[in-house]
Amino acid sequence: MRGVGASVAVGAIVALAACAPPSDDDSSSTGADGVSASSATSAEEFGGMDALVEAAKKEGELNVIALPDDWANYGELKSAFTAKYGVKINSAKPDAASQDEINAVKTEKGRSSAPDVLDMGGAVTLANTALYAPYKVATWEDIPDSQKEQTGLWVNDYGGYMSIGYDSSKFNGVSALKDLLGSDFKNSVALNGDPTQAGAAFAGVAMASLGNGGSADDISKGVDFFTELKKAGNFVPVQASPATIKTGETPVVFDWDYLNAAQTSENKNWKVVVPEGVVLGSYYNQAISKDAPHPAAARLWQEFLFSDEGQNLWLKGGARPVRMEAMTTAGTIDADLAAKLPEVSGEAVFLTTDQTATATKFLTENWAKAIG
Amino acid sequence: MTSVSVDADPAGRSPRAGRRVPLSWIGVVPFLAYVGLFLLLPTALVVIQAFGTPEGQPTLANVRALGESYVLTAFWRSIQLSFATAAIGAVLGAVLAYIVVQGPADGIVRRTVTAAAGVLAQFGGVTLAMAFMVSVGNQGVVTLLLRDVGVNASGGWLYELSGLMVVYLYFQVPLMVLVFLPALDGVKPQWREATESLGGSGWAYWRHVAFPLLTPPFLGAFLLLFANAFAAYATAAALISQGGIIIPLQIRAAMTSETVLGQENVAKALALGMVVVVAVAMALYSWMQRRSSKWLQ
Repeated sequence: MRGVGASVAVGAIVALAACAPPSDDDSSSTGADGVSASSATSAEEFGGMDALVEAAKKEGELNVIALPDDWANYGELKSAFTAKYGVKINSAKPDAASQDEINAVKTEKGRSSAPDVLDMGGAVTLANTALYAPYKVATWEDIPDSQKEQTGLWVNDYGGYMSIGYDSSKFNGVSALKDLLGSDFKNSVALNGDPTQAGAAFAGVAMASLGNGGSADDISKGVDFFTELKKAGNFVPVQASPATIKTGETPVVFDWDYLNAAQTSENKNWKVVVPEGVVLGSYYNQAISKDAPHPAAARLWQEFLFSDEGQNLWLKGGARPVRMEAMTTAGTIDADLAAKLPEVSGEAVFLTTDQTATATKFLTENWAKAIG
Repeated sequence: MTSVSVDADPAGRSPRAGRRVPLSWIGVVPFLAYVGLFLLLPTALVVIQAFGTPEGQPTLANVRALGESYVLTAFWRSIQLSFATAAIGAVLGAVLAYIVVQGPADGIVRRTVTAAAGVLAQFGGVTLAMAFMVSVGNQGVVTLLLRDVGVNASGGWLYELSGLMVVYLYFQVPLMVLVFLPALDGVKPQWREATESLGGSGWAYWRHVAFPLLTPPFLGAFLLLFANAFAAYATAAALISQGGIIIPLQIRAAMTSETVLGQENVAKALALGMVVVVAVAMALYSWMQRRSSKWLQ
């Protein structure tokens, strides 16, 4: 009778699989002229900001993913948004990577728990443009053309420079990469992840390359630097995190300046330095999911992030918001916060897509060997 | 089974009934559904997708990636790590279990050890990694104490394969205690008395009775430990974030990398490789179980 039992079991599997909660399909809010929120490409098109706020309030919720509270001040951004508009934020998987966000959009598709909005690194953003809804925020004109997709599928949101964070109570100061090869840095230097996986670690190696005679086209010098670091016994292969910084297990960490700046809450002696002439910058990107279960709230969140208030909140977290230049000109930037950013001297380098692809290929083939 | 009935039909059918469909399988349906949904279905998906592109076209490229040198190295390291921690864990765990069995069955020692083993066998992941970091890491309490008395013990070893071995033993030994205790309980004291009354020495008892009896469950437990270490992921992930030194970490890289995209199905191929290794281990394990259960009835 095994045949019957098995077919019943298969039937049960199908039945169980069909039990996934469907999205509460309230035909999404419509604004003026019957434009639905999910197809609105600007607040104006939807009937103005007030209509958008109204529709978002009616939805009542916003699903965000991969936004840790201590990352670029997202904790305050989330609570400020809720306080201002009365929309509850469901924050999933704060420590997830960019690719996890895309995976969630695909696997949760059609359910009420799917992510509404995304904040991703460059490579992942460009690889998945079919999943985003085009949207232009009210402050669209302030954003430089090179930092947005022309129809508004994705927009640079905030960025920073690769930096070295270190515990100033243990070391006499760090000013150049070469300092880290010294014997007092035994078992001290860590990356934020593996460069073949994490954008921040990838940028750490790219920056090391710039400071070690390489260039944006040649990341091999960066790998050489870390090989040397490992030979000297100074490299710690542990995943740097607020916990390892607190315990002193990773007293020197390569990371974005805004992330390193946030570590002073774990360790008051934490100092952030961007070595002179070794300035590698990168921006994250904001996008709205095409299948957002809360399309109005998603668009309102986008408006909020790119408003003066949202941009200054990012600045408060040590990140450089994309409208910084325009806001500085307009005098709307918070000058005290801007003055607190780490000193940067030298030409900032931003890797192009091709340079990133070349470097990625090199790392895939050589990183594990160099460091394993 | 000694219930005797006068007109028992050897086929077990009631003489009056025609050919009714037996309904005894209904009870097992929930179990089959559960296993199907959470074990067979994911495994089938892994196998199918390992041979497909993200668009669903058949391809061998993913499986070919298993031949890359860094993947082979990681497999080799995974197997080494699992084998070493299983071997050491099995020996230490068996000795500890033997000591426990000497005491009374409901004694305080046994109750304490089994309770502790039950907890520690599940004590893995980030908590365990952090516990080791803050005790024997570069800035660990123990490392600093040693430094104060002039012993320069670097904590760097913790972030290499050797470090993983020590950390894994922390959950391997307790697991061995848990799975090996029942086997030791099955060893009856009468057997030893019988050996002695027939003039056998202690050595003869161990050589001819206890060892042959305990070898199959010991090897079975060893294989379980091997599979346990082979699939462990979170502990290693928290300790060593560089270079994907063991296969579970490479799977993570392929699934979630922000820099190398479109590797999800390579992850499935890596998982398929793990399934093969563990399947071999589990096949051996169940064969051992069958061997040993015959002895200990």
